[in-house]
Amino acid sequence: MKYALFLGCTIPARARNYELSARSVASRLGIEFIDIQDFVCCGFPMKGIDRRAAWLMGAYNLALVENKGLDVCTLCSSCTSALTEVAHSMASEEDHGDMLASLEQMGFQYTGKVKVRHIARILFEQVDREKIRKTFEKDLSGLRVAVHYGCHYFKPSEVYEGFDDPEAPYTIEELVRLTGAQVVDYPGKKRCCGGPVLPVEEKAALTVAKQKLDDIREVGADLICLVCPFCALMYDGNQKGIEAEFEESYNIPVLYLTQLLGVAMGIDRKPLGLNLNVVKTKKLLERFY
Amino acid sequence: MEKGTCNQGTQRKLVLSNERIAGLLKELLDCSEAQGISACFMCRTCSSSCPIATLEKGFDPVKLIRMCLYGLWDQLLRDPTLWLCTSCYACQERCPQGIKIADFITVLKNLAVKKGEPPPGIKAQREIITQAGRVYPLDEFDNKKRAKMGLPELPTTCTVVGRLIGAE
Ligand code: SF4
Ligand code: SF4
Repeated sequence: MKYALFLGCTIPARARNYELSARSVASRLGIEFIDIQDFVCCGFPMKGIDRRAAWLMGAYNLALVENKGLDVCTLCSSCTSALTEVAHSMASEEDHGDMLASLEQMGFQYTGKVKVRHIARILFEQVDREKIRKTFEKDLSGLRVAVHYGCHYFKPSEVYEGFDDPEAPYTIEELVRLTGAQVVDYPGKKRCCGGPVLPVEEKAALTVAKQKLDDIREVGADLICLVCPFCALMYDGNQKGIEAEFEESYNIPVLYLTQLLGVAMGIDRKPLGLNLNVVKTKKLLERFY
Repeated sequence: MEKGTCNQGTQRKLVLSNERIAGLLKELLDCSEAQGISACFMCRTCSSSCPIATLEKGFDPVKLIRMCLYGLWDQLLRDPTLWLCTSCYACQERCPQGIKIADFITVLKNLAVKKGEPPPGIKAQREIITQAGRVYPLDEFDNKKRAKMGLPELPTTCTVVGRLIGAE
């Protein structure tokens, strides 16, 4: 199994723990990643400013992948939705002729062949459950995990063609359960992390994130498991800031799905980037190391 | 539905002195996202699903839709609360009338940018992406850190995005 690995902007600069763990886990499962040096931003952060520019950036990235005859594995949910929307729009009736012509003028061709999948979706859809289980060396039972899906992992649903269920999501939880860990449900599971408004109205963004931390503390989960670096920025990177701002105390570790699976696979802390998580994970994971 | 008929206001003759605004308005009424909004029957499913509307009094997706339907376009494109939408799609997924609310708000944001200035944070984001090709540009120091972790080095400059979108 071979994919072009699309890192996007946030991961290589700010979420190397996600990148490290994704590469480590993929390699255990025999998934080969091809790095493409010329990738640029997926276009998502440009969407509110100029949809045409965002589409062009997405299509440019997909053209690079198509040229290599590969499909894409994404790690960030926003990248996933931006690229999936472009891929999906090629199959619709919309006319992209002039934008494709702009690409061609620069020497790039995109015909819409590339499939875009988030790494969790690949694990869920393309890798046999037994195969995943066989890579496990540790039993994570006893860990109480609150899963945060985020928004763009499966929305807007019309472009994801039936993947997961935005009103009753289950795919990440099913993967977490493979490790023996217990998934705990909580109110507000489907709430957005608030990240996109951070540059506009910090207080509102932090308040949205706080509501979820409150809900998760209430049900007594040991950790939050998620699949997007923006969401991690809100719950892990900003957790201390939220505690200070609202005079609260959470101390809830936040792990990427790939980190959690990596722990179950018996992979060391360092190749999972666990030392880079802001809320410390050492005590939580003591018994596995 | 015929293009432009989504809004009763379009039946009226547009008396807009400013041609640029008239152009933006045409763009708004022509885009597929705005075509369906007249189907809104004010059930407020969108508002009650919205993570922002529940905590910021000034923000409400249905308010933006109604403003458009009532022809308050100038005011709509000036509304700073547009930028509070996180594009989480909670509203859009649930609207019983199938209105593409989040996409519609994205269109409004695009037109607001064309009309004037985006908020400073958004503007800075646009500039950095156009110049560096990414939101968080990488430098040699980052690459050293990456190499130490066994991660591949990545380019520290990029001109392609500027060429791709900058010329517009
Ligand atoms: S959910 Fe749809 S129909 Fe209901 S108020 Fe919102 S936009 Fe109108
Ligand atoms: S997409 Fe925007 S308007 Fe819709 S629910 Fe999310 S924040 Fe609210």
